[in-house]
Amino acid sequence: MEEVVSVRSNSEFRKGIQAGLSIGIGYFPIALTFGLLAKTTGLTVTETVLMSIIVFAGASQYISLSLLTLGTGVFEIVLTTFIVNIRHFLMSASLNEKVEEEGTSLKMLYSFGITDETFSVAALKDGKVSTGFLFGVITVSYSSWVINSGLGHVIGASLPQTLQESMSVALYAMFIGLVVPSMKKSVKVVFLAVIAASFNTIFTMTEVLSTGWSIVASTLLSAIIVEVVQTLRGREGEQEHEK
Amino acid sequence: MKSEILWMIVGMGLVTYIPRMLPFVLFKGKELPSFLQGILKNVPYATLGALIFPGILFIQEDLWYGLFGAAAAFIAAFLGANVIIVVIGSITVLTVYSYFF
Repeated sequence: MEEVVSVRSNSEFRKGIQAGLSIGIGYFPIALTFGLLAKTTGLTVTETVLMSIIVFAGASQYISLSLLTLGTGVFEIVLTTFIVNIRHFLMSASLNEKVEEEGTSLKMLYSFGITDETFSVAALKDGKVSTGFLFGVITVSYSSWVINSGLGHVIGASLPQTLQESMSVALYAMFIGLVVPSMKKSVKVVFLAVIAASFNTIFTMTEVLSTGWSIVASTLLSAIIVEVVQTLRGREGEQEHEK
Repeated sequence: MKSEILWMIVGMGLVTYIPRMLPFVLFKGKELPSFLQGILKNVPYATLGALIFPGILFIQEDLWYGLFGAAAAFIAAFLGANVIIVVIGSITVLTVYSYFF
């Protein structure tokens, strides 16, 4: 029996690795550039790799480098990081509804690996998300992030310009690749994505909100508006959806 | 290693980890009201919309570059391509694009 369980979680882990592969590819140019920038900012290779190991959050790591260059104090950098990464609270709360039953300590462990990308892959998976699957996705993503940060610092160069530029689309392409199949199946998903995208574009272009808060606000607004409209229209819409 | 940098890294790590971890501990086993559950189920799709736009438009100075990449990814995904194919496909399309423009 025990063997059966371990075989199952092993194959879940492998599925997770496969699903996380796009993230691994997408992180490659970003982590490489982060390593390079960290070097030019004056961080040692140990500090660079340590930051990727401990923080594991792309945008805020980049921001910390530019703040360091500006001579910003540690407290402000930590505060900015908090503001930029608060959106993960929403993602974890959402994912928590979809993961299989698991002990608190394991949940506390894998929650460390929740990024925009690992969340998206896990949250759009069909059915429940197993612990093994999550660990698989996170393992690929985390390894790619940490190793390539170090690599960027050590080799001190990034990819050829053209490839570097074209690879910057990788994570966005992955997001599109994840959401489009669901859009084809449900109009609700189209509304959710389009409304959030519109709010986020307005908030960031008018500079009303910083990127971190803007994602939180647009996501919440869209999720609430669509839910309210659906509730107001009652079961009518749902029945239609089930046909 | 400068101790200032070390403290910065530890601080950044903590404020990043706590929001990621809290919901898994706070909402454990508690049944949330169905309206709230509905909202949380909507979050992934809304998040993806916000993560894609307007970010993808600004990956390079040339706005068309991002739009072209987005279109390539959208078409590939719409035709039913696997996520990894969508990713590699749009990287390839943009590499070719930059040779011509």
